[in-house]
Amino acid sequence: MKHIIEEESKYVASAKAFRANVTRDLGNEELRSNFRGAMDYLMDKRKGAFSSEDELEVLREQCKLIKQRCLAKLPHLLEQLEGNLEKNGIKVHWAETITEANEIIAQLIAQKKGKSVVKGKSMVSEETALNDYLEERNVECLESDMGEYIVQLAKEHPSHIIMPAIHQNKKQVAKLFADNIDGFEYSTDVDTLIQQGREVLRNKFCQADVGISGVNFAVAETGTLCLVENEGNGRMCTTIPDLHIAITGIEKVIEHLADVPPLLSLLTRSATGQAISTYFNMISSPRKLGEKDGPEEVHLVLLDNGRSQAFADEELKQTLQCIRCGACMNHCPVYTRIGGHAYGTVYPGPIGKMISPHMLGLEATTNLPTASTLCGACGEVCPVKIPIPKILLRLRQESVKPKSQQPQVMKGQGAGRNNVEALIWKVWAQVHKSPTMYALSMWGLTRFRFLMPKKLGGWTSVRTAPKPAATTLHQRINAKQKKTQQSQQERG
Amino acid sequence: MQQLNTQHLRDYPKKPKQVYLFGTCIVDSFFPDTGMDAIELLEREGIEVIYPQGQSCCGQPAYNSGYKDEAKAVAMAQVKQFPLDIPVVVVSGSCGGMMRHHYLDLLGDDPEINNFCQRVFEFTEFLVHVLRLKPIDQGPKERVALHTSCAARREMGVHITGNKLISQLANVELVIHDYESECCGFGGTFAVKHADISAAMVADKSKNLLATDVVRYVSADHGCMMNINGALDYQKQSLRGEHIASYLLNRIKSNSSKGSL
Repeated sequence: MKHIIEEESKYVASAKAFRANVTRDLGNEELRSNFRGAMDYLMDKRKGAFSSEDELEVLREQCKLIKQRCLAKLPHLLEQLEGNLEKNGIKVHWAETITEANEIIAQLIAQKKGKSVVKGKSMVSEETALNDYLEERNVECLESDMGEYIVQLAKEHPSHIIMPAIHQNKKQVAKLFADNIDGFEYSTDVDTLIQQGREVLRNKFCQADVGISGVNFAVAETGTLCLVENEGNGRMCTTIPDLHIAITGIEKVIEHLADVPPLLSLLTRSATGQAISTYFNMISSPRKLGEKDGPEEVHLVLLDNGRSQAFADEELKQTLQCIRCGACMNHCPVYTRIGGHAYGTVYPGPIGKMISPHMLGLEATTNLPTASTLCGACGEVCPVKIPIPKILLRLRQESVKPKSQQPQVMKGQGAGRNNVEALIWKVWAQVHKSPTMYALSMWGLTRFRFLMPKKLGGWTSVRTAPKPAATTLHQRINAKQKKTQQSQQERG
Repeated sequence: MQQLNTQHLRDYPKKPKQVYLFGTCIVDSFFPDTGMDAIELLEREGIEVIYPQGQSCCGQPAYNSGYKDEAKAVAMAQVKQFPLDIPVVVVSGSCGGMMRHHYLDLLGDDPEINNFCQRVFEFTEFLVHVLRLKPIDQGPKERVALHTSCAARREMGVHITGNKLISQLANVELVIHDYESECCGFGGTFAVKHADISAAMVADKSKNLLATDVVRYVSADHGCMMNINGALDYQKQSLRGEHIASYLLNRIKSNSSKGSL
C-alpha cells in the first residue's frame, strides 16, 4: 500500500510541484521546440485528414451521439460485455482502484509462473503504474511500442497519450540508444533508429510469457476487444505469449460493432491524421482448437479509478466520452508550451485536466483546472465534442466551493478554496451588482489612478501595468448627455 | 466550443432604431474612447444608442474563477438593466460570449434570460449581420493585422465578421500573422495565477504580430489587447493594437462619408 501511495505521489500535480515543473520546462528551449514542432505537424496532419469542415462536423456529431448513447447505458453495457466476453472464453475482472488492478494482473501472471511481460501501449497501465508494481515482484516488463520503449529506456513517463516520446528529438533518441543498446550503430536517421530499436524488441517478443495491452473499444454486443496501433507490436503482444491480459477503463465499452467504424475513422484522423492505422486488431477469443497462434488465455481488467465519480454527474459524465485521440493536447496552447511532463499526471493536456481530478482528487490537482485560458481550442477539435472548457469551469467551481457544501460531487471538493480570494469575490460581487457602489468604485479608480502600482505581480514581469482612464465611459456619456440637454434647452 | 458559434444559425433582426450598448468594465475604466467611438459609429448609421448607467461587468471574471454565485448576482443585475426588447451590442467578443451563451447556464433557461441572450450581439457581428455595414474607406493605404480573442472567435465568430469588415476597407490590406488563431495568453485570472505560462504565450503572440511588420493590429477585445499591448510596451516596441470600433470609425470618418447601404 505504501508503495502505491508513493507511486501516486510521483504523478501528483500539487500546486507547488506544478509551478516548479512549469518553470523547469518553460526554460528548456530544446523541449519547447520539440513540442512546438511536433504539435504543428500533428495539427497540420489532422487538418489534412478531413475532406471538408462539413464532413468533420457530421462525423463529430455522429460519434458524440454514439458515445453518449453508450454512456447512458453504461452499467447495462458493461454487464453485456462481460457476458459476451465470457461466452467467447475471455475472462473479465473488475478493479475499483489501481491497486486492485495491479493485484489482479500480478496474480494472473503468478498463476502462469510468468517472468517477463511485453506490453503494447496502454495508458491505463501507466495510470496504475503497473511496470513498477510488477518489477518489484521480479517480473520484467518491456514496453514494445517504440515511443514507450524510448521513454522506458530514459526512465521517464509518456509525455503524450498517443506519442509517448514526443518530447524527445531524433538526436536525443540516438544518444539514448547509444547509451543503452549493445552494438548500436550511431545514426540520427529516424528509420535507421527505429529499425535498430525494433530488433531489440523483436527478440523480446519471442521470450515473453505474458502480453499486456490496452483496449480502444470494447464491443458489448459481440464481446470483442479492439486495439488500434501502428507498429504491429500490439498484435505481437496479443498473439505470441500464452497469456494475454488487456486492461482498460470502464468508459471504453461501446454497444454495437457498427459503432466501431465511425469511431475508428475519427480516432485515427484526429490523432495522427491517418485515414486508418496500420494495424487494427479485433480480439474475440483465446486460441481455438486447431488454430496456429494466439494466447491460451485472454483476460480483461476493467478499471474504475474515479470514473464512476464522473459518471454520477450529468455534466462531468461527458468527460467519459473521450476516445483518447490526443487532439486536445495537440491543439492546446498551454500543452504546446509546457509539454506533457509538467502536468505531473499520467494524462497531460486538456484531457488530463478533466480526468485527473476524478482519479487523484481535487487536492492533488488544484492547479490543473485553472491552468487554462479557456481558449476553447480543445473543445473545438474534440472528436466527440466534449465541452472541455465548460468542464474545466465546472471543476473550478467544485474546487472553490466550501468544503462542507452539499451535495459533494467530487473527491477533494473545496481544495482550491482560499478564504481571502473568496472574500475578494464576495466584495467584487457586491460592488458590481449595485450601480451606486460601482459608480463609487469607478469614481475612486479614476480619481486615484495615480496610485495604481507600477508593479502588479506576475503581470508586470513581462508587461507594463495598464492605466485607468481619467474619466470612465459612464462619466463621459453622462457628460455628453448633459451637454446635449443643455444645448437643447438653450435652443428651446 | 465551436458549436456555440451561432453566427450562421441565428436569425438577425432588421436594422433597429435603437440599441443598447454594453460597454464592458474594461472599456469603462481603461478604454472609454472605444465606447465613445462605438457609439459614434452606430449613431452615424442613424441608430439611437442607449447606455444604461446601471451596467457594470458581465460577471465573467468571477464565473471563470469558479465563483458561480457571485457571477450570478452580477449577471442578473446586468439583465435587469436592459429591459427593452432591442439589441444589446457588446464591444467585446469575450463578454458577448458570456452574455449570449453562458448566461443561460448561469441564470437558468427562463423566458426573460432567454430573451436577453437572444438580443446580445457582438459589435462586429452587429455591424455585419444586422446593419450590413459597407464601410467606405477614407483612410490612407495601410497594412493591418487582426487578432481575434478566443471567445470572440469560438463563441461569437468574430474572425469572420472582423475579417469581413476589414476586408471591405479599400485601402487596407489585412495581413494574417502566424498562429493567428492561437490564444494570446490572457485568460483573465490565468495571467496572474499562471503568470509564467501566460508570459510564454504573450511572448509568442507579440513576436508573431511583430513579424507582420504592420504599424498596428486590430482586435474586438480589450482584454487581449491589454495583455498584448502591455507586453509590446514592456518590450519597447511601437506596435499597438486598436479596438476595431475606433479603427473603423477613423477609416470611414470624413465629411462626405456615410458608410451604409
